[in-house]
Amino acid sequence: MNQDAFDLRRFVVGNPQSAAVWLALLALLIFGALRYDNFAGAYNFGSFLNYNSMFIVIAVGMCFVILTGGIDLSVGSVAAFTSVIAAYLSPWGIQVALPLAVLAGVAFGAFNAFCIIALRIPPFIATLATMLGAKGGALVISGASTIAVDWGSNFTNMGMNKAFGLVPWTIIVVAIVIVVFWIVLEKTSLGRTVLAIGGSEDASTLMGLPVNKAKAFVYLLSGGCAGLAGVILASGFGAGQPLEGIGWELSAIASVVVGGTLLTGGMGSVPATVAGALLLGLVFNILNFENGRGTISFSAYWQMVIRGGFLFAVILFQSRVMARTAVKGPTS
Amino acid sequence: MSVQDLDRPGGGFAWKPFLRDNGGIVALVVILLFNAIFTPNFLQAQTLFVNISQVATIAIVAMGMTLVIATGGIDLSVGAVMALSGALAPLIFLSDWAQGSPTLGLIAAIMLPMLAALACGLFNGLMVSILKVQPIIATLILFISGRGIAQVLTNGNLQTFSNPQFSYLGTGRVLGLPFQGWLALAIAVVLFLVMTRTAFGRYVLAVGGNERAAALSGGPVRRVKVGVYMICAGLSGLAGLIVVAINSASDAARNGQLMELDAIAAAVVGGALLQGGRAPIFGAILGAVIIQLVKYTLLANGVEDEVALIAKAFIILAAVYVQQARKE
Repeated sequence: MNQDAFDLRRFVVGNPQSAAVWLALLALLIFGALRYDNFAGAYNFGSFLNYNSMFIVIAVGMCFVILTGGIDLSVGSVAAFTSVIAAYLSPWGIQVALPLAVLAGVAFGAFNAFCIIALRIPPFIATLATMLGAKGGALVISGASTIAVDWGSNFTNMGMNKAFGLVPWTIIVVAIVIVVFWIVLEKTSLGRTVLAIGGSEDASTLMGLPVNKAKAFVYLLSGGCAGLAGVILASGFGAGQPLEGIGWELSAIASVVVGGTLLTGGMGSVPATVAGALLLGLVFNILNFENGRGTISFSAYWQMVIRGGFLFAVILFQSRVMARTAVKGPTS
Repeated sequence: MSVQDLDRPGGGFAWKPFLRDNGGIVALVVILLFNAIFTPNFLQAQTLFVNISQVATIAIVAMGMTLVIATGGIDLSVGAVMALSGALAPLIFLSDWAQGSPTLGLIAAIMLPMLAALACGLFNGLMVSILKVQPIIATLILFISGRGIAQVLTNGNLQTFSNPQFSYLGTGRVLGLPFQGWLALAIAVVLFLVMTRTAFGRYVLAVGGNERAAALSGGPVRRVKVGVYMICAGLSGLAGLIVVAINSASDAARNGQLMELDAIAAAVVGGALLQGGRAPIFGAILGAVIIQLVKYTLLANGVEDEVALIAKAFIILAAVYVQQARKE
């Protein structure tokens, strides 16, 4: 728990498990920079970050949910849904489409929170149902086809243009989100409650912490993050895509796990989650470069196999570290 | 029906407990009545065949899922395992070796995919019992990579074939009813006997009821857990073969997709408690029938597929909500 005095290492890394992901990320970056000609260039980094920003922002929301010991399986479908909403709202520009689409995501989060807190349905089942509902909803309102965005407005600005010709807008927006929620988790009483719930929900209730409020917050946040990802999707690819988002919840969960966040909740950090998402993305970036050199040729189907293998390796590592430090083992 | 409700004191008919404990059957009767009145051509043999052949795969997977849920676990990998076994079978009997000796080839085309499925179950079971990874995460690994492996094996191609012996799994008739319906029924009877008559069955419920107590009293908790994941995966593998046999084609991208949702929903609608400790085998079949009938009712009455998804979502929520009420 991060309740004691300010500790920079803890603030950034989160916990001992997370240190490994930073080292792995660094090692992979050095490996890539030495091995490939265009790897370390601004173009590759820009497009890499731009493409992965959707996954990063969803992973940050998922991190909060998992910290409370919950799970949100609806994020992929919700992002698909809000990408359609954003596409429909695109003629009014990004200043209208962005907040309303994010709000639509928050509404799905509110439904999750209602089912989990008021109806006491397990998060796994509640968000599964929302996943089906959002998927169905996205297909219904879009007529099961992609919805083109309005190119005349400034909507595509966010996904395709760069601020002051330097950094893509998407990256700026996502960076702001990351920093805000990093601070919320580490520096506010709400964030501390989130961490405490994962440690022990019963104890947190007995201590008089606003458990329900914090639990509602994480699902609203996760829905909102999925909403933002949907806007990025529509704006970056120029269309609302009701069929997208399949498997996104899994990438997000994988990123959170790779970032060293305990799946039982209570321990983890926002930057480590971002690092986990970057690491997963980087593995595929590097595989693409390897493909480009012609040394190996992996079909797209290998990606899923490798992703699963990667998750397996991290879980093995996590359980080893946990067995050694015996902080708090996950219960099955 | 749970034990404490049997000796409920007081007179009059208690509607609430009745609905709580028999909600599945009530729902089934309501759906059947609705269909009999409103759905055109519902009361025909053809409708029955279509529904039986489609419900069998859901029921077979849902029964395995019920055992896993009875231990307090969950298995997300069932759809991926279906895709894997379904992709392997045509690869085997279309190979030169199997073309040379068709009988051996056919046996191998059923046995090897089943073995692969059981290996998946072993992997899940070891992750959960030895490494103590949460079931949802442990089975997530194969959920992600299992379908990928199937697609790598087939290079993502649709495999079509014509093999009457193998297709019997999906298109055969026994006493006029689809073969896989009988198969599902036979599996249900066997699993029911296993759960009620064997030590294994009792330990499954004990692990789900209170894992620590089961372990302290000397129960083989690890072996029981590995066992239920292997049974679940084996049944998924079988379901994968049936789907391939029905279609005379194997599509690794689509075989078993969203099956984990159907199976979990069927198990829960059938009365399985997510916290574990109950294993209503025939309930799983009832749940599968309800889910299949809802799907059929919506489609037959011209409701789009997409809306059917939303309806399914609410069925799942309602079933689990009723369960929660039962627990408290």
